Amino acid sequence: MAEKIALFDKRENVRRLLHVLYFVCATLLLLDLFIHRHVEHSWERLIGFYPMYGFVGCVVLVLVAKWMRTFLMRGEDYYDGRDGTAGGAVGDRVSQEEGNDVGR
Amino acid sequence: MWAASIPPFVPFFLAAALAGVTRGALRSALMILIPVAGFVQLWMTSAGIHLQASVLDFDLILYRADRLGFLFGYLFHLAALIAVIYALHIRDTLQQVAGLLYAGSALGAVFAGDLITLFVFWELLALSSVFLIWARRSERSYYAGIRYLVIQVLSGLLLLGGIIFYSDTHDSLTFTYIGLQGIEGWLIFLAIGIKCGFPLLHGWLTDAYPEATPTGTVFLSAFTTKVAIYALARAYPGTELLVYIGAAMTCFPIFFAVIENDLRRVLAYSLINQLGFMVVGIGIGTALALNGAVAHAFNDVIFKGLLFMSMGAVLHVTGRINGSELGGLYKSMPKTTVLCIIGAASISAFPLFSGFVSKSMVMSAALANDFNWVWLLLLFASAGVFHHAGIKIPYFAFFAHDAGIRATEPPRNMLVAMSIAAALCLLIGIFPGMLYQLLPYETNYSPYDVTHVLAQTQLLFFSALAFAWLNLQRLYPPELPSVNLDADWIYRRALPVLWTRISVLLWTVDTWVRRAGMEVLQHGISQVTRLHGPRAIFSRNWTTGDIAIWIVLLLAVYLLLGFLRAGNHAPV
Repeated sequence: MAEKIALFDKRENVRRLLHVLYFVCATLLLLDLFIHRHVEHSWERLIGFYPMYGFVGCVVLVLVAKWMRTFLMRGEDYYDGRDGTAGGAVGDRVSQEEGNDVGR
Repeated sequence: MWAASIPPFVPFFLAAALAGVTRGALRSALMILIPVAGFVQLWMTSAGIHLQASVLDFDLILYRADRLGFLFGYLFHLAALIAVIYALHIRDTLQQVAGLLYAGSALGAVFAGDLITLFVFWELLALSSVFLIWARRSERSYYAGIRYLVIQVLSGLLLLGGIIFYSDTHDSLTFTYIGLQGIEGWLIFLAIGIKCGFPLLHGWLTDAYPEATPTGTVFLSAFTTKVAIYALARAYPGTELLVYIGAAMTCFPIFFAVIENDLRRVLAYSLINQLGFMVVGIGIGTALALNGAVAHAFNDVIFKGLLFMSMGAVLHVTGRINGSELGGLYKSMPKTTVLCIIGAASISAFPLFSGFVSKSMVMSAALANDFNWVWLLLLFASAGVFHHAGIKIPYFAFFAHDAGIRATEPPRNMLVAMSIAAALCLLIGIFPGMLYQLLPYETNYSPYDVTHVLAQTQLLFFSALAFAWLNLQRLYPPELPSVNLDADWIYRRALPVLWTRISVLLWTVDTWVRRAGMEVLQHGISQVTRLHGPRAIFSRNWTTGDIAIWIVLLLAVYLLLGFLRAGNHAPV
């Protein structure tokens, strides 16, 4: 039981899982050659269209999201204590905060 | 049968009233009984108008049942049952009452036959649900609740404005197809769009849902947005604009989801992404597309509920929800882990899980109607869903690096609720006919052909491969404690800053005007001082002697004049 609980503490098990993933991916790619599919779009006919689209799509997604962090990310307390307060206090804090933002 | 004319919201409202005065096992039994009995009752009800009422000059249709309404009716009973069981351990009367009122309002809205009844329940949805956010009783949730309420009420006001214009041009206020004609069409469209999380109108969702209580978010994720989907499906099917709005909704949230740290906020983004698929389906408007849209709404409530429940369980047990603070929980929460993975597989649309049997209908409809670019975007979004909801959620909560948290499984009722949802995910995934027979249009669609299964499996496994590769290359963005700017920034930051700037400007102008005024005043005062000041010409003191001399002088002049006059008339 204890061994099962710490399943992924062993690096070997992680490696095994990755190997299974590689094997399944390779098999799915090979199936493209043997299975005749009923296509509705001409791009679907390309060998490996779905695998490539999935892989490239996800890499692009992650890299773009990572880039978005450069201008969207702020400190965890960015909005704190500001939403509900009113009047002059808002202005004071905003001007301080803007100074910080520029430096980021 | 007399009970057939009782609208489904009535038992829920009564139960809410009773839940306020009962406690313990009695309250629990009552709260479970109501959705079960309501479901059975609804199952036996036939289509048609069951309850009408006249108020003032308006003929209200309080209970209209048709196939579209039935589907959402069954769904909301199921969702209420699951959420109620999940929240059974809660002793907080406020949450129990609000949850039942909220579920009842959603049922009232989908069975409302006219626009005024719809409006009433539209607002009740907002008023009842905000307490689920406030129930967290933190400063943060208080302000998030206020913002949520303001925007929800705004949606209601737009709806009301639309209804007023609608009544000018239409004889009947029956809630049916509206379309984008006239100002009323656009106002109602916008009102629904806010609740539906259209791009730029979605800020309330990702702002407020993660701030609610662990159990409250499960309720929230089920009802408001799905009522909006129902309303769109009834009033705007086949509106092409919706195809593009929906495509945008599927794509933009997944970028935010990848970099978001709060795992319940990741799920909120993924909720918008799933709504996007439904909106596209409604926009295409064919029988297949509409079936796909509402079927996906059905499945989404259950698998998204399951995911929110699993993250709620993590939050409940560990008190943490940020990806940066979690990890390794599979060791101490194996059951929750498995249940979460079932939800993740369902939202990712793996074959044999529920998401697959409904999402593929929308995708097929997009291709069949020559929305090729939209289809490509949907395909990208499908891969992205798997990436952020399918892998990221389970990975960062339960696997990744061991954060050293030694938790326990959540309370039994939470596990039961998650198990029911997981069972439904598998049941609908394996036997899609069960769901298909409830859809508004007859369908002979079969998702399980070789082409679909292979394509989807390839897409998903290679997305997983991309995740593994990015992680091994250390390219995957780490979970960071942070806030990412989104549409809510406009009213949480930009507008307050703009208001401050305007105030500062007004203050400056005001100061200038006051100073100019003071100068004019000062000038006037100095003039007055010059003329009336000490020893000034108008303020010299006159002595009695001076006055006497002047009077003598005056009298002398009179005397002189008198002499002159007398001289003229002197007798000769």
